[in-house]
Amino acid sequence: MSEQQRLESTTPTGQGPRQRSGVAAILEAATSWSLIPILAVLTGFIISAIFIVVTDPAVWAAWDEITTRPGFFFATAWRSVATAFGALFQGAFGSPYALSESLVTSTPYIFAGLAVAVGFRAGLFNIGAEGQLFMGALASVYVGYAVTGLPAFIHLPLAILAGMAAGAIWAGIPGWLKARTGAHEVVNTIMLNYIAYRLSDWLLNGPMKRPGPDGRPGWVPITPEVLPTAWLPRFFDEPLRLHWGFVLALLAAVGVWYLLFRTNFGFEMRSVGTNPKAARVAGMRVALVTVAAMAISGALAAMAGVSQTLGVDRWLGQGFSAGYGFDSIALALLGKSHPAGVVAAALLFGFLRSGATRMQSAAGIPIDIITIVQALVIIFIAAEALIRKIYRLKPAAERTQEVFTRGWGSA
Amino acid sequence: MSQLQPVGPVSADLLEEAAPVVEPKRWGPVVASVLVALAIAVLFIRVVPDGVVTTFRMAGGQGAAARVAPWVIPSRPGLVVLALFALAMAVWAYRAPRRANLALGLALLSFVGAFLIWAAAGKSLNLLAMLQSTLVRAVPLTLAALSGVMCERSGVINIAIEGMMLTAAFGAVLGTTLSGGSLWIGLLVAMLTGLLMAWVHGVLSIKYKVDQIVSGTVINILAVGLTSYLSGRFLQDPAFNWLNRAGTFAPVKIPVLNRIPVIGPLLFEGNFFFYLTIALVIGLSILLFRTRFGLRVRAVGEHPRAADTLGVNVYLMRYAAVLLGGVLAGLGGAYFTIGSVGRFDEQMTAGRGFIGLAAMIFGNWTPAGAFGASLLFGFADSLQTRLQILGIPIPSEFLLMAPYIVTIVVISGLVGRATPPAADGQPYEK
Repeated sequence: MSEQQRLESTTPTGQGPRQRSGVAAILEAATSWSLIPILAVLTGFIISAIFIVVTDPAVWAAWDEITTRPGFFFATAWRSVATAFGALFQGAFGSPYALSESLVTSTPYIFAGLAVAVGFRAGLFNIGAEGQLFMGALASVYVGYAVTGLPAFIHLPLAILAGMAAGAIWAGIPGWLKARTGAHEVVNTIMLNYIAYRLSDWLLNGPMKRPGPDGRPGWVPITPEVLPTAWLPRFFDEPLRLHWGFVLALLAAVGVWYLLFRTNFGFEMRSVGTNPKAARVAGMRVALVTVAAMAISGALAAMAGVSQTLGVDRWLGQGFSAGYGFDSIALALLGKSHPAGVVAAALLFGFLRSGATRMQSAAGIPIDIITIVQALVIIFIAAEALIRKIYRLKPAAERTQEVFTRGWGSA
Repeated sequence: MSQLQPVGPVSADLLEEAAPVVEPKRWGPVVASVLVALAIAVLFIRVVPDGVVTTFRMAGGQGAAARVAPWVIPSRPGLVVLALFALAMAVWAYRAPRRANLALGLALLSFVGAFLIWAAAGKSLNLLAMLQSTLVRAVPLTLAALSGVMCERSGVINIAIEGMMLTAAFGAVLGTTLSGGSLWIGLLVAMLTGLLMAWVHGVLSIKYKVDQIVSGTVINILAVGLTSYLSGRFLQDPAFNWLNRAGTFAPVKIPVLNRIPVIGPLLFEGNFFFYLTIALVIGLSILLFRTRFGLRVRAVGEHPRAADTLGVNVYLMRYAAVLLGGVLAGLGGAYFTIGSVGRFDEQMTAGRGFIGLAAMIFGNWTPAGAFGASLLFGFADSLQTRLQILGIPIPSEFLLMAPYIVTIVVISGLVGRATPPAADGQPYEK
């Protein structure tokens, strides 16, 4: 335990809570651990709010009258933000349906965030979650509709495993290339994303295209419907769509935590991530760890697609993924690559995105504002000094001691 | 091979001293070239029947002088010649390791030629139109690659080219329409937009020492968010969509020269961006390898501490290089809108920034190499549109994958490992 903690404190992205004793210590640890992320999210929101105001034509009109009616300008600006964020919160929490939808949206986020986090821990930057998710969804949907006559307790796990295998292979390729040739996984995973899009275009227009009602090839590039035996069961009746995928996602988080912090292989992964040279000298299998970490990451990313197709859509069409790949990077950074942090961040983003859908329809604010929030959040977390400067917090001490001394103004 | 070559009369002596060193053989390019020859034999020679001919037309351009008789090649003998050529390149790559990348490039070119002969066997293909579209598609890739060369020579990895280009593409449209239709102001705004994004990258990665990959990724995400938001908010709103009607730079025909057959319509009827790109390739080669500024930039990218000791301001050099890279990416972004289609579409750069990055690596971090690699990628890109017309039995989706697969092959060094600047990606702490 102590050895692992020491390693943790030197891991670039990993700062676990220090436990001293008693509730107070735990509380203190929790605050210090989450202070920067909370401030980062807050700042991201404030800047986005300003952005919404600045780009609102109604506010421009009010600005023209600022000398005669200053109050009107501020009222308009306030209304602009309040309408947007009001709709956002309505859409995220406002009703049982909204709540269920938010959790449904969070589910792929948890998987995708865990995928990137596992990569980060092993020193790998997997930007290819999007492509892996696509390949996973394609494979599981294929098994879901093409394999017939199986009972649900075989068919469903089979579909899930097929998806995970596809994702693991798709991520394993850049992992292997990295281990074998040193090629940077960032560019390769991005390229594999584009290849996955093209491949899915081809599959959805060809071999996997849903036949028309008369049995001839159909017109729409979507897959046939997944058989009910491969559905992830839902908890409630229509229209609530919360499904077992959410529980699987939470279990995956626990599993990742166990793998990373309670197994030898997890220790090896984190050592390679912290200092591959030292790990090699210590006799660790760097190449194997690199490939395995990418494969695990890919399997998790695939689960994001699998849970969405088997739990919610039950078929697959073009443009199926809503940018989970890039969002997942923000999630892993926000959650500091710790499974618990990733789950919290994924819930936050899930509620945000779910609410933003309503914001788009009710207040006319493009959903892409969420992407801006995400980018800002990553900036502020990555450049922690920036946040500390804005809020006049004490600068972080040296990396190795950081974990012990971080706190709100107290050393 | 040292990246820090001394400039001036000293270099001759040093080179003589270094000459006896035996270059290690590089097997990657040799094996790859042999594979290319085998592939031509198995994939094409085997399936093309005897006696079939391939016709390459050179239609395009104007005037009687620009018209050339079509080029008729007997398919099978043509393929055999190309296969032998690829084998010769394998031998050359073995004999001259320093030229191995070039040899492999030529071998790949012969594969592409073989592919065309096979695809158009018994039919006719407009080669000139294809070469024209190759050049057109190579322009944004080259500009992206040049941006990468500039940044990475100073030791800052720039995977944010994609985002810089996307925002600049947007800026170019807005600059043009808001200024009442001046494309030059649009161009200026695009350059400034690229500069601004590069400044963010510089501050994050040089000042705050954020991981350069994270910083680049953030800029890419921010670029997608900003442009898609503004596009959704304004460009798609009927009240504001006049903002998206920017128009494009017209082709500039260079008199007399454009009447040369084949070469004329190919090289002397391009639009402004084409000439600009050629000028920048030459200009940056001189800037990086023949000026004091270039030497300092490269020194900072190779060994910042040594450069610092000699009184070079590492931070200043890196900022300068990154900002210049941003301007180049801005020009590349402007190409997407006011250089080609005249309007902005969400995520219109579609990964070109990353392909430019691959071109930079394949081109061994030099402007001329980057241009050559971009031509190759541009060709792969233009293949699919042309080949669809011929109706060959490969689904278009797979042809669309070609540039991405080539990128992976290149990046993974199956082609022979390239040497990045030694301090690439390392933040400098004084």
